[in-house]
Amino acid sequence: MTQKPLPTGAGVLATTQPLPDYGKAPELSREERLRWYRLMFLTRKFEERSYQSYQTGLIGGFCHLYNGQEAVAAGTFAAITDADPVITAYRDHAHGLMRGIRPGPAFAELYGRATGVVKGKGGSMHYFNVDKQMYGGHGIVGGQTALGLGLAFATKYLGEKKVCFCYMGDGAVNQGAFHESLNLAQLMKIPVIYVIENNMYSMGTAVERHSAPVELYKRALGYDMMGVRAEAQDFDLVRQVSWTLAERARKENMPAILELMTYRYRGHSMSDPQYYRSKDEVEEYRKHDPVEILRGRILSEGTVSEKDLDKLEDEVRKEVQESHEWALASPYPAQSEIYTDIYA
Amino acid sequence: MAKIAYRDAVRDAMSEEMTRDSRVFLIGEEVAQYNGAYKCSKGLLDKFGPDRVIDSPISEAGFAGLAIGAAMYGLRPIVEFMTFSFSFVAFDQIVNNAAQIRYMSGGQIKIPMVFRGNSGGGHQIGATHSHAPENIYATFPGLKVVVPAFAADVKGLLKSAIRDDNPILVIENEALYGRESEVPDGDYLTPIGKANILQEGTDVTIVTHGRSCWTVLEAAQELHKMGIRAEIIDLRSIKPLDWPTVFASVRKTHNLVCVDETKPFCGVSAQVAAEVQRACFDHLDAPILRVTSVEAPMPFSSALEDECIPNVARIIEAVKQVVA
Ligand SMILES: Cc1ncc(C[n+]2csc(CCOP(=O)(O)OP(=O)(O)O)c2C)c(N)n1
Ligand SMILES: [Mg+2]
Repeated sequence: MTQKPLPTGAGVLATTQPLPDYGKAPELSREERLRWYRLMFLTRKFEERSYQSYQTGLIGGFCHLYNGQEAVAAGTFAAITDADPVITAYRDHAHGLMRGIRPGPAFAELYGRATGVVKGKGGSMHYFNVDKQMYGGHGIVGGQTALGLGLAFATKYLGEKKVCFCYMGDGAVNQGAFHESLNLAQLMKIPVIYVIENNMYSMGTAVERHSAPVELYKRALGYDMMGVRAEAQDFDLVRQVSWTLAERARKENMPAILELMTYRYRGHSMSDPQYYRSKDEVEEYRKHDPVEILRGRILSEGTVSEKDLDKLEDEVRKEVQESHEWALASPYPAQSEIYTDIYA
Repeated sequence: MAKIAYRDAVRDAMSEEMTRDSRVFLIGEEVAQYNGAYKCSKGLLDKFGPDRVIDSPISEAGFAGLAIGAAMYGLRPIVEFMTFSFSFVAFDQIVNNAAQIRYMSGGQIKIPMVFRGNSGGGHQIGATHSHAPENIYATFPGLKVVVPAFAADVKGLLKSAIRDDNPILVIENEALYGRESEVPDGDYLTPIGKANILQEGTDVTIVTHGRSCWTVLEAAQELHKMGIRAEIIDLRSIKPLDWPTVFASVRKTHNLVCVDETKPFCGVSAQVAAEVQRACFDHLDAPILRVTSVEAPMPFSSALEDECIPNVARIIEAVKQVVA
């Protein structure tokens, strides 16, 4: 096992082209900052509860947890608006919760209930919330990369000056659909940003065993595309680089790859013995925890007291517990639901 | 005879054939170091080394095509799809290359290879991960399709498939991997294209395959209590299909219920029903009924999913209707 790089605080690590200088991303207000912290903390607590629920048999099938990667979804989302479409793979709880899915319907979906965000039809891997431009949760690795291209194409076609953030795992860079999409994006100037959530593993396969170039942002080189590699445990650093690429996409319709270096604390799904990595490695990463980093930053800024943050966290814990209970008390879908939503 | 789990029978078949023939190799996602997502290749990396047990990145079109090309050149690859639901990413390679190249090359080329892996629903993994694709692949002349239900059959059929000079899909099922059943000792082959009569009976023929065999056997116990003697045919091979065995049974029982996990529209049971009504029209006492997956994508919720694939209640209902 090769040593995995730990965060250094550098933010952007490398690019295939010089990044344009649009200056600093607009400051977030105190309230906005707290909102993102709250969403990251909520995601963490939601996943912890999901883990327990899985262990006690309340959830069936696959369940891919986001612990450790929270600053990716939060930092990138905070660089765009809820009007910009996003789409991701099956590790999608964070993207759903941060794009307006309430924890109640989110849990209810995991528990297969009628009150689930997609009526119990999609499960953990298929959160959708089109009201807030969240176009799913997708289970086929790499399949969403072409869809993200299409969403971005449509916004450009309609003259909307939007950008689509399309999320994917490191393992998904090896799918043909992704390569075809990269070429189309650059050729047709489509405002899509491919956010590679590089958590170092594709199931049990470390990046150096699945990708010929281990620096995944270099996939952009073959397409004359902007490729950026950045550290991703720090919300503010993620937000800044995402904002720059989003601005570039809006102003110039230019696509990019944004490879964000992160880490998942849990197994791939729920039945992963994790023989492919050491406990020490996981512990090392936990020392660079994205939720803790933002918490510390907010406190050091002095705009919020520790007491207020504790209170916010208690509220979130309560919300998670109540949402879980509400979901559990929800009914299962009626049998007739099998045959609805098949055709429009 | 020893009782072994289905997944171990898969592993033993590959291991024996890889020992026999150095041209046989295994490629797929997580097949080597991880021992297979469903542990069907446990120990093979240690035994045969990384040149013959190959972990691939998530590039189904790429590694399926690699294997087809290697087969064109004379190797005998085994491709593992983590599930056949992901084989659709490689669909073009399978149906346009593996299936057609022998014909288009005027018989110059043969493609001796196996695509194998998990399939089917019932595990709450949703619409994209729960396909039972045997009917789809069986529509392409040039491909053979087998769907073994028991450890002995998966071993014997997989070994036959590896030795066969054609591209063959061996479609397994997650629900079966842990199930144990008797497997003959030593080297044996199960012929491709031969059905197996699981239980003899006089009142109704039930034609089934794959995981549904187990459901039908369970239903048959209930039917027995009601005084209905069902003859159960496990097709084992979908393409080619053992018509003589099916026809002979229907001519004996005069009734047919088809049970399988493919979709009702253009499914395996639809094919069986069409052929049987043609060949056995005068022998049938009642219209043929089918118990299949339902005409809907696979829902996630367990409350819905259980109704979407053939279950004991639906099988009993259909049989009662046919013999009434
Ligand atoms: C086409 C396809 N092949 C295989 C799989 C099985 N599978 C699901 S997730 C996964 C690993 C993906 O890893 P990565 O892209 O790094 O994302 P992560 O799970 O780390 O978020 C695999 C092989 C799949 N869902 N789809
Ligand atoms: Mg990964």
